Amino acid sequence: MTKQLIVSSSPHAHSGKTTASIMWTVLAALVPAAAYSVYLFGLPALTVLLATTVFCVIFEGLSNFMMGKPVTLKDGSAALTGIILALTLPPGLPLWICGVGAFVSIVVAKSVFGGLGQNPFNPAMTGRVFLLIAFPAPLTKWLVPTGTGEMLFNKPVSAFDAAGNLVSAGAANVDAITAATPLGLLSEEGAKAVMGMDTSTEFLIGQINGSLGETSGILLLAGGIFLLTRKIISWHIPVSFMAAVAAIAAITHAVNPEHYAGALFHLLTGGVFLGAWFMATDYVTSPMFTRGKLIFGAGCGVLTMVIRLWAGYPEGVSFAVLLMNACVPIINMYTKPKKFGLQDLAAKKEAANA
Amino acid sequence: MTVLTFKGGIHPKYNKDNTASKPITSLAAPKEIVIPLSQHIGAPARACVEKGDAVKRGQVIGEPGGFVSVPIHSSVSGEVKAVEPRLGAMGVAVPCVVIENDEQNEAVEFERLADWKKVSPDTLKDKINAAGIVGMGGATFPTHVKLSPPNNKPIDTVILNGAECEPYLTADHRVMLEHAEHVVEGLQIIQKILNAKTGIIGIEENKPDAVSAMEKACEGTDIKVVRLEIKYPQGGEKQLIDAVLKKEVPSGGLPMDVGVVVQNVGTAKAVRDAVVDGIPLIERVVTVTGSAVAKPGNFMVSIGTPVSVVLEHCEVDLEKAGKLILGGPMMGFAQYSAEPPVAKGTSGILVFEEKDVEVTHPLPCIRCGRCLDACPMRLVPADIAAYSDKRMYDKADANDALDCMECGSCAHQCPSQIPLVQKIRLAKSEILAAKRKKG
Repeated sequence: MTKQLIVSSSPHAHSGKTTASIMWTVLAALVPAAAYSVYLFGLPALTVLLATTVFCVIFEGLSNFMMGKPVTLKDGSAALTGIILALTLPPGLPLWICGVGAFVSIVVAKSVFGGLGQNPFNPAMTGRVFLLIAFPAPLTKWLVPTGTGEMLFNKPVSAFDAAGNLVSAGAANVDAITAATPLGLLSEEGAKAVMGMDTSTEFLIGQINGSLGETSGILLLAGGIFLLTRKIISWHIPVSFMAAVAAIAAITHAVNPEHYAGALFHLLTGGVFLGAWFMATDYVTSPMFTRGKLIFGAGCGVLTMVIRLWAGYPEGVSFAVLLMNACVPIINMYTKPKKFGLQDLAAKKEAANA
Repeated sequence: MTVLTFKGGIHPKYNKDNTASKPITSLAAPKEIVIPLSQHIGAPARACVEKGDAVKRGQVIGEPGGFVSVPIHSSVSGEVKAVEPRLGAMGVAVPCVVIENDEQNEAVEFERLADWKKVSPDTLKDKINAAGIVGMGGATFPTHVKLSPPNNKPIDTVILNGAECEPYLTADHRVMLEHAEHVVEGLQIIQKILNAKTGIIGIEENKPDAVSAMEKACEGTDIKVVRLEIKYPQGGEKQLIDAVLKKEVPSGGLPMDVGVVVQNVGTAKAVRDAVVDGIPLIERVVTVTGSAVAKPGNFMVSIGTPVSVVLEHCEVDLEKAGKLILGGPMMGFAQYSAEPPVAKGTSGILVFEEKDVEVTHPLPCIRCGRCLDACPMRLVPADIAAYSDKRMYDKADANDALDCMECGSCAHQCPSQIPLVQKIRLAKSEILAAKRKKG
């Protein structure tokens, strides 16, 4: 027989779900929120999105080339890092700062550790935190949503000035108006400043100022639930993350409502949804076991609130995720389930008989 | 009716529709039959015939090489042409008895047993041993050994494995449909030998016709038929016991440690045929299917029939074939040639066209955790494979590599398409080699 048959080790069947298909699915889940940010902020958002993504892809390719490794652009992980990074940045950020962020994300946080799968810290988070520390001023210059937004909702999109008053952004002064984010306001002025805000609807839909991705809670939630249904992520990290945030906010608010904002405010503002559904769930930098995921998620939530309430920064999601990333090896070590055949047989028997 | 299951596992595409409804048809034995002397786990049989000897169908041509071994019988009548190494299913030449079929189909006299209920368990066990019966699900462990637990391990339950969780395979399904009474009788014989009070037959939900056939055959007996969730590897011995009895076989232990013996439904039928009809294991049901098979089906094939002969019958164009697998897609062995013969453990022959064969290019592990979610033994396949890669076999051992049963669930799920099973298998063999060296 001349015909060459392919010989390989079993199994000879595969689920069909590949690293690339997973990455592109996560990317697709982020598209609505990203598109909404463009709709809300216009060109300044689009340029940040494009810049970080393109820079990330370029740096990934360059890293591959310099390290003599096969080109890994097709797996979509670099593009995904770019999109997530963009969503944590304020619209209108100078392009060169976007480039620095992409460099830190892809080269410093990922490639030097050996590329995909080897990085201990979430690349996009590392990039964002680096930018926040290196360039505090441009990173906290928040554009007020403007432009196209008011056309659709048929009413001015709202933002809050430093004193907590509602300000309307006219179409005339497109990128002139900046204002503190609700969280920034809370941090500086206390809960009184944000008390008058109509939290639920506006925050949920996303008619507030902030980074590209912290504006629309509902679209991020939809993306997250999409990932849940496609079994890309499990519920453990997002739910424990959000539960911890809500619990701490509820308790502190109950103790001192004058000073601390409520659970809904903390859930819907800042990067909780983006962090809980898309960043903390990054496979590479999160625990592998169910119990570990719950601990990790809750830890992220607790640290987020500690930073928000008692530390210098108004927002703590990215720090929280990075700090918990560092704990992943030890979490994995202590949450590894017992292998099959080590269970207490007597107890199981009783359970079966009951 | 409740559906029983275990934790972990996967849902591969089952692809059983092409053959599930095809009745078992007999395939005529070819002119040349090649019977390997080792078709089982344990010591190979020793050839007891020589070139030029005349043999009859059912005649012993290989004597067991020890307790954990079984005799080998001729599946045809004819003349021994050679006792020589021929290509086996593992990719290397193995000692075989080559017989020229005279097509007279002259058989030895099979010793029938009218009423096995009156015979002692030891006699029944001897008959099973003499018939050369091994586990027919693919593991090929000698059945008489499994039926000889030490005195301090009483067996209270025998579970027949009718899960047939391997995709594509439908041989057990057909056996349950067409030989339900014989399967049940086989179970009763096994229960008598082990003095086991409880008999249970576990069948995956996707075979409702088999469930009703078996329920009907069990009427008037104490045997229970249970439905199992459609999930791989539902038919894994330890998973089946976990699903049916909620008992975990201890790590490193055997089902008898929890008072259970598991047998495949095909094995039960073979036990019955051996005890009642006196017929040794010289033929078996083989599912032949896959995208390159024009006429798929379930066939009764004489042991020793070269795979190429079976494929010719099923109109397989080997020129178009990309992959040939003996067994199921999850645990079967890919072949580089169609020369190896059908043996006692050959449950299926799968042939796929080249376009349907994916040649994978593994990417780095992204620690997604799919492998450990899939692992029915609750191991961390990615970790064991990584240690195997780095030749840190002691660490692989500490991560319980030896608990792996190579079901393939992890590699099936791995988005980076890492050949996890292959790496773990390597670690296992290195660990065992090191342990043997230490003594």
